[in-house]
Amino acid sequence: MTTDTQASNSQIEQFLTFQLAGEAYGVEILKVQEIRGWEAVRVIPNTPAFIKGALNLRGSIVPIIDLRERFSMEKSEYSPMTVVIVLCVEHDENSYVMGVVADAVSDVLDVKVADIKQTPNLGAKINTRYMRGIYVHKQSMIMLLDVDKLLNPDELESIDSMVC
Amino acid sequence: MSIDMAQFHQVFFEECFEGLEAMESGLLNLDTGDIDSEAINVIFRGAHSIKGGSGTFGFSNVADFTHIMETLLDEMRDGRRQVTQAAIDVLLGSVDCLREMITAIQQEQDVDETRVAEQKSALEVELYGSEASVEPSPVNHSIAMETPVAMSEPAPAQQHEHQGYEIAFTPYLTLLQTGNDPVRMFRELAELGELTASVNVQDIPDFYELNPEACYLAWDLKVAGDIAEDEVNEIFDWVKGDCELEIQSLAAKPVKDPVAHIPAIDAETLSNTPESGISEPAAISPPPVTEDAVNKMAPQKAEPEPAKTVTKSSSTIRVDTAKIDTLINMVGELVITQSMLSLVGEHFAMNKESQLKSGLAQLERHTRELQQSVMNIRMLPISFVFSRFPRLVHDISSKLGKKIELKLVGENTEVDKAVVELINDPLVHLIRNSLDHGIEMPADRIAAGKPETGTIELRAYHRGGHIVIEIIDDGRGLNKDKIKAKAIEKGLIDKHSTLTDKQVFELIFLPGFSTAEQLTDISGRGVGMDVVRKNIQELGGNIEITSELDKGTTISIHLPLTLAILDGQSVAVGDEIYIVPLVSIIESINITEKMLNRVAGKGETFRLRNEYIPIIRMHEIFNVQSAKASQLAEGIIVVVEGQGMRCGLFVDDLLGQQQVVIKSLEANYKRVEGISGATILGDGSVALILDIPGLVRLSNR
Repeated sequence: MTTDTQASNSQIEQFLTFQLAGEAYGVEILKVQEIRGWEAVRVIPNTPAFIKGALNLRGSIVPIIDLRERFSMEKSEYSPMTVVIVLCVEHDENSYVMGVVADAVSDVLDVKVADIKQTPNLGAKINTRYMRGIYVHKQSMIMLLDVDKLLNPDELESIDSMVC
Repeated sequence: MSIDMAQFHQVFFEECFEGLEAMESGLLNLDTGDIDSEAINVIFRGAHSIKGGSGTFGFSNVADFTHIMETLLDEMRDGRRQVTQAAIDVLLGSVDCLREMITAIQQEQDVDETRVAEQKSALEVELYGSEASVEPSPVNHSIAMETPVAMSEPAPAQQHEHQGYEIAFTPYLTLLQTGNDPVRMFRELAELGELTASVNVQDIPDFYELNPEACYLAWDLKVAGDIAEDEVNEIFDWVKGDCELEIQSLAAKPVKDPVAHIPAIDAETLSNTPESGISEPAAISPPPVTEDAVNKMAPQKAEPEPAKTVTKSSSTIRVDTAKIDTLINMVGELVITQSMLSLVGEHFAMNKESQLKSGLAQLERHTRELQQSVMNIRMLPISFVFSRFPRLVHDISSKLGKKIELKLVGENTEVDKAVVELINDPLVHLIRNSLDHGIEMPADRIAAGKPETGTIELRAYHRGGHIVIEIIDDGRGLNKDKIKAKAIEKGLIDKHSTLTDKQVFELIFLPGFSTAEQLTDISGRGVGMDVVRKNIQELGGNIEITSELDKGTTISIHLPLTLAILDGQSVAVGDEIYIVPLVSIIESINITEKMLNRVAGKGETFRLRNEYIPIIRMHEIFNVQSAKASQLAEGIIVVVEGQGMRCGLFVDDLLGQQQVVIKSLEANYKRVEGISGATILGDGSVALILDIPGLVRLSNR
């Protein structure tokens, strides 16, 4: 192992964790632009169901994606606790702003890069391409998502769902 | 020297391109034989600032190249040289070459050296006559021209070693104050024979103690050649009291070249240092200057410094200061209105209602004006596009042997920057067409009783929220019968179909259609007009042709003034609100099921006057669950036209007309079929703008 990776392994990254159908997920905090409450969006026609629509975020049009539906989980009614996490996605040297709907945000965690465990191979049925790794916090597992891969605009149309 | 020069590169490139454009148009307007020094001055200035800038930024190949052009222009300006067509052509070619070089540097690609060398030798042939072309190294030549203190390289100097003088010249500090200029003296020395100079910088004090008016330098000079001692003495006559001078004849003392191991400082340093004492790094670097240090400096100067960051092509815009002043003024007004309103709001009582209303009205007016002025900033005169065409016409007409005059009308008409950028290619295509097919050969024109010189007029003007660009030629016009015959031959239309003039002209926009009997490299491959139309339609415009046989053709392009704002009609489909661009709406009508015809039980059409119009049910095509109207009688049909096709959009209700600001959906997502963009409504919610041609395509699936 080179010194370079050693240095990055001892680095600390911060993750925003949120709840989705009882499970904990995390995204890099540097990707998070803002967190806002759920509000009605404008439906974009002929798009997959998990794209709820477009929102006016101070003058720019931002697509909103329901992660539950994205992960083929059971739909839930939106409540006052429902949040939209606005994320900055990098793809092909362009950056896109997108929102994801989550049940609730939980916490910001300091995670040592060395402590992030590789996603175990879960067989062909479960697509782990969108995962950055797994982190165990107080005996519970947090799935760290790779935002750039998960919200790649080119793949939003034709994804094979990620079963969790 | 720690300033990162790369940050200024973009500005430099822009200035270069502006300079090149000025040079190009100047060259095209230059009359042969006649010396209009003002016109040449304009060209000269362009070349000069490119040379200066490229020198500063270390693009020495550009600087060298421009220098030769400059020399040529300089001679023309002084009247030492005739302005010939050949010279103008070479200069035009050089402008192209220079543009390629700068583009290559901008994109961090390698400059096409062979092309540059070719063009350079062409310039030199023009400049020095044909014998110059055999000269082995044109680069050296240009340097020699640049600094009249011609420093020959040590090697040839040694050949004359046995003849000449060695001069140790150590001026006192006050030399410059007495009005003596060493550079001038060296120049005179150089006229006597081959001069080698080396400078001694040992006595230069620390920067803080340095007096810019003092001369701290000393020189060892060597003049080779058969020179009388008096001539050398004469040069130093004026400075005898202000320096230590030692002149030794080489013939008398044939020693081994004593200066050979002392580094020769390049000519430019020499000419700069004595005046300022500090202008070059060499002069203030710690003495003594070793050969290594000089060598290290030299390659830095010679090669363009590789930029550290990949230059992103940032798009910038130059704005008239007057426009910005208006804007600032407007913002000031807005602030006043806002403070007035907050004052009203602070102690609000019902009797202040009228005050509030007038305040709000003012606010509305100011916002609208502000919006207009901001939009105005994006507006550029169309001359940005038009100015390229004189060159195009000049080149192609001489290639084709036709005499063509290009008239530009309404160059100051302002259009959106995006339009300026995108309209260029279609216009180039259309003008090439006019040049190639439209205008006849001079002999044919005379036979047809027309003036020998054909005219192409490029005209731009505003008409009702649109900009119209017209390309008018007085050529042979479109031959309707020929077009029809061709279309029948290609199976595009039926043999017996009767077409109106307009419909016939429409045919040439079909893919793969060309009436040219012979293909030329200028046009005629039939890949053009459909692409032209597509590009213009992408800009939200349309294109029309009117033509009269033997009289000429007029092509008019209608474009929206701006791509950022659109006049729209909002329509409701269930809970959804869509914006239909007002330009594409023909009318809105109510129809009942009875008026409906079904084609093969599926496709619904209705008859509007003499036309059958297909119906697109918006709630079906966009899958809107909440739509209220499912029966035609419950909703309304909006008849729209897109890409020459009409169709009726079935929607629940018409809501109202408004100007909407177009926002891109692609910025954060991707293209959605049938949708051209999004906008934000008064209540802050998003509404989608319909793309009519896309919608038609979608419904045809």
